[in-house]
Amino acid sequence: MISLIGKKVGMTQVFNEKGELVPVTVVKFESNVVVAQRETAKDGYDAVVIGTVETKESKLSKPVAGQFKEVQPQRHVMEFRGFEKELKVGDSFGVELLDGISFVDVTGTSKGKGYAGVMKKHGFGGGRATHGSKFHREAGGTGMATTPGRVIRNTKMAGRMGSDKKTVQNLELIKVDTELQVALIKGAVPGKRGGLVVVRNAKKK
Amino acid sequence: MDIIKAVEAKQLKDNPENFNIGDTVKVYYKIVEGATERVQVYEGLVIAKNNSGISRTFTVRKISFNAVGVERIFPLHSDRIEKIEVSRLGKVRRAKLYYIRERVGKKAKVKELIRKKAQ
Repeated sequence: MISLIGKKVGMTQVFNEKGELVPVTVVKFESNVVVAQRETAKDGYDAVVIGTVETKESKLSKPVAGQFKEVQPQRHVMEFRGFEKELKVGDSFGVELLDGISFVDVTGTSKGKGYAGVMKKHGFGGGRATHGSKFHREAGGTGMATTPGRVIRNTKMAGRMGSDKKTVQNLELIKVDTELQVALIKGAVPGKRGGLVVVRNAKKK
Repeated sequence: MDIIKAVEAKQLKDNPENFNIGDTVKVYYKIVEGATERVQVYEGLVIAKNNSGISRTFTVRKISFNAVGVERIFPLHSDRIEKIEVSRLGKVRRAKLYYIRERVGKKAKVKELIRKKAQ
């Protein structure tokens, strides 16, 4: 698996080679740097630690800055298991790693919707709007009577919606632009503009 | 936003918008049929232009056989458009001519714009 940390720039449309307009999300990549490697002998598992977006050491706390002895301090750091590429600490790479891949999975933090009702959050039907109905957007009953006498766990109710880690699978990679360091991914990607996204080659393709 | 503009800029044609709302245009549109490619001419009245940048489109309305109105939306920057020819200039006062859809016959006509020759 190949994973890259990027930033969602926004959406637009481009023409594909057939001349059709396709909707795409533009994801920008700054150079991804290998910060460290986890090894089974030492850490109990194998992984690579990748950081992106260079920052100043003075902006980091000392415990965080400690991991950047061999490389420039990075603002965002993530670990990835099963990286299908030989890497050394200090290696840096960009969008060119995605060259030749046709489908990707994209992980990001979805847009926060705040405290949402059940219709928005769980797709409940709601009630009639008019004709004397007094039941509009409520949840309705949440349980039974004396037996069981309690509300079953995980019953769908109103509450905070969004700001979750979401993955969208099998999105077509329309174009990789090494000059601008951007990837054009067909369709929508979780999160708002400027949000951090992880682009992987598709697991199921 | 600059990155998005840079991405779009690579596919933009220079100055393809050589017509206005109300003009009658001929669109030379490439059609791919299996392996062969041919050019089809679609002629009609430009009733709308929408969006900006690479997403810019224009709507061309024509009256087909049996007085059936046909509207086609073309992406302005599409490579499939070989060229756009203006066959008649129109004199209109609005940017969207959707009212034409409800009109039949002579009422559905747009006045011709007669430009004075520059002296």
